[in-house]
Amino acid sequence: MTMANTTIGRAGRALAAAAALGLAGLSAAPAQAAGETVKPPAQSWSFSGPFGKYDAGQLQRGFKIYSEVCASCHALSLVAFRNLHEYGGPGFTEDQARAIAEDHKVQDGPNDAGEMFERPGRLSDRFPKPFPNENAARAANGGAYPPDFSLLAKARTYERGFPTFLFDIVTQYQEQGPDYIHALLTGYAEPKHGEKPPRPGLHYNTYFPGHWIAMAQPIQDGQVEYTDGTPATVDQYGKDIAAFMMWAAEPHMAARKGTGMVVLIFLLIFGALLYFTKRRVWSAVH
Amino acid sequence: MSAIHDATEPTRRDFLYLATGAAAAVGAGFLAWPFIAQMNPDASALALATSEVDVSQIAEGQVVTVRWRGKPVFVWNRTAKQVEEAKAVEIGQLPDPLARNENIEPDAPATDVNRAAKGKENWLVVVGVCTHLGCVPTSQQGEFGGWLCPCHGSHYDTAGRIRKGPAPENLPVPPFAFEGDTKLTIG
Amino acid sequence: MQGHSTYQPKGVAKWFEDRLPIVGLIHSSAVAYPVPRNLNYFWTFGGILTFMLVAQILTGVVLAMHYTPETTKAFLSVEKIMRDVNYGWLLRYLHANGASMFFIAVYIHIFRGLYYGSYKAPREVLWILGVLIFLLMMATAFMGYVLPWGQMSFWGATVITNLFSALPGVGTAIVTWLWGGFSVDNPTLNRFFALHYLLPFMIAGIVGLHIWALHHVGQNNPTGVEVKDFRKETVPFTPYATLKDAFALVCFIAFFSWFVFYTPNYLGHADNYIEANPLVTPAHIVPEWYFLPFYAILRAIPSKLGGVLMMFGAIAVLFILPWLDTSKVRSAKYRPMFQIFFWIFAANAVLLGWLGSRPAVEPYVTISRFSTFWYFFHFLVILPVLGLTEKTRPVPNSIADSVLGGAPATPASAVAAPERNG
Repeated sequence: MTMANTTIGRAGRALAAAAALGLAGLSAAPAQAAGETVKPPAQSWSFSGPFGKYDAGQLQRGFKIYSEVCASCHALSLVAFRNLHEYGGPGFTEDQARAIAEDHKVQDGPNDAGEMFERPGRLSDRFPKPFPNENAARAANGGAYPPDFSLLAKARTYERGFPTFLFDIVTQYQEQGPDYIHALLTGYAEPKHGEKPPRPGLHYNTYFPGHWIAMAQPIQDGQVEYTDGTPATVDQYGKDIAAFMMWAAEPHMAARKGTGMVVLIFLLIFGALLYFTKRRVWSAVH
Repeated sequence: MSAIHDATEPTRRDFLYLATGAAAAVGAGFLAWPFIAQMNPDASALALATSEVDVSQIAEGQVVTVRWRGKPVFVWNRTAKQVEEAKAVEIGQLPDPLARNENIEPDAPATDVNRAAKGKENWLVVVGVCTHLGCVPTSQQGEFGGWLCPCHGSHYDTAGRIRKGPAPENLPVPPFAFEGDTKLTIG
Repeated sequence: MQGHSTYQPKGVAKWFEDRLPIVGLIHSSAVAYPVPRNLNYFWTFGGILTFMLVAQILTGVVLAMHYTPETTKAFLSVEKIMRDVNYGWLLRYLHANGASMFFIAVYIHIFRGLYYGSYKAPREVLWILGVLIFLLMMATAFMGYVLPWGQMSFWGATVITNLFSALPGVGTAIVTWLWGGFSVDNPTLNRFFALHYLLPFMIAGIVGLHIWALHHVGQNNPTGVEVKDFRKETVPFTPYATLKDAFALVCFIAFFSWFVFYTPNYLGHADNYIEANPLVTPAHIVPEWYFLPFYAILRAIPSKLGGVLMMFGAIAVLFILPWLDTSKVRSAKYRPMFQIFFWIFAANAVLLGWLGSRPAVEPYVTISRFSTFWYFFHFLVILPVLGLTEKTRPVPNSIADSVLGGAPATPASAVAAPERNG
């Protein structure tokens, strides 16, 4: 097998190099807009890496911020109240989740008279939208459409650049979205060179692509009260709401990473067994 | 690694082959499960949506059909005569002696009291799906004044119990609760 | 070349075999089939690809049980799969990442064929069938990517279908016909879903022919020398190749699992988590990574029709590759110059992929043009000329010589003739 081995070795190294380079084509992660962008600083997240889990306390704080600050404009239409007490989530009890549901008015109907009516939410309902449709949302927000929060943490990213994006495969860095959301909330500033907004009603933000964002700074230090001793700062709010939004976008992350570990351990054992079986069978040939 | 080496240690080799085969079988088994489980009701279906009915508008003797989990549920405001008829039946006469009422214990006998709403004996709430092969029976028809299934001729009485025909069981009573006198919540 | 089956059934099995010799067929092609004993692990990718095709079909069929091909519901139905369906997140991530894994495996498989000259006589039809499979894979992957109906789905569909508008005269009519309307809309989504479901089964059919052709002419091997002595130079497919393939497959599945369970969105686009909006194009649209080299070729040409022709030409040239490479020696192992050009070609293909992901501005445009030129230059000029002028290393007389270290004495030209008869 010596001859074959050297061939494997040489061609193998070369092809591995080609494969690694091939992945260089993957730097396709689109920025939100062309032009100058500032990379959001990477935060430390409890849910990063192979053993990462959502911090239930953080998700509950994030949910508090969402309810008190964001929910008046931003929908969360893909998340159901029952999700609040499901495995791997914010860890509310079923009764707490039901109470939260009942605090929301949900449209139902038509009733026997043919009319739509409102009733208190149930666990099976999804979060009601703050506006009936996009046009209503734009009309109420000076023409801007506050995006739905359900998937935003997966729908926002920034370019990682070469060779970082290759290392991301190994480090499993997947938190561009939460990093960006946190950066956006903490990125309100005076324009760098005193530029004027291209049209009135826009606000300067360091990290927003193109810098001019319709949303005014949505949250200030101390605006949302924390009862668990966590500092009530914009920086902390940004982390908490970003973590909550990541959960909303990827509610089964705990199950996914847990299953992954079992699968990889199984494959390691099965692969080793196959390797020795193969060697044993081939030993007669060599 | 020679053939001779193999021959001297057959058990170790056999163990290796067995272990590899077993690992493959276990892996295939676990891999198959998500493909099977995905066909079960999903989380939103399991979240058991409830249905609400305003019963104040249901006149005496009237049956109303409401939809619960995609199936019809009959809500019947029975007359005193219909209740009497149901009460008069001996348990021994019934093909299915069990109450089939999800609100009480599963082995309760199929008396009219066990079938009707608790404390409101005129109200009968049953899932409107024939226990034979799933057709929707027609209300206040058949030999016993309850339901007649048009598909294969199963007759149910005024307590929704099977009396004649191919159906094996009484019409099941779903979980439900009255809130006050006017609102009925099913599920 | 087909292995003579040693399958000798008795009793009921014989009765059945006399009426439908399917067990014997399986035995001769998957058990007794002789495999050159010197194959390296790059030869396991055929098996890996077969597995990936089956995996994509299985996950695809179960996803189709929950998916709704309707513009207002498609995006939501995919999210329902991700959130509510039992193991839906797993099945969908398997399918989405599976497409990328399929292409990683097929590119390794293709480059293995290029390196060891597996397209040369008598394997031209085998190679052409492979290129056909590659084309169908691209069509399937493209239409599958449209189904989640995100922003990238919609704009990818718009841009790619618009390629056909470059055709003179009939272009607009063809695009309208493809769309079933005047833009990518519900009829487009419906037909893409139908075709995305159909094409994998056509791929499976051509894979059957591909394997048939393979088993008829026999496998190439790292020396590129045909099998001469079956007893000494081959091993039966089962258990030798099956176990080796299985081991390689498990390693590949581990790689696949890493993406599915830990970085499931790494190979996708964030914009596809935004529902399709026909009124707003994302700032920077790019196709999936496996299309990037061809996308770069498309953009490198300053004329619309020219770009489209060059892009399709980049694949078309693969069909005639067996006749472009004039070398009598198959394996790059004995072709030092070809080896160099092979790696330059591979690096250039990767470079094209990277260029495809860049915005269409300088200096990328100029580099793309040079890179595109080199792609075609390699096939159309280097390969024909190199085959006639290259001084090759001595080729071993037989696989047995190569494996057992026998002295290779014969010059390349001398073995070329018997090789062609293989």
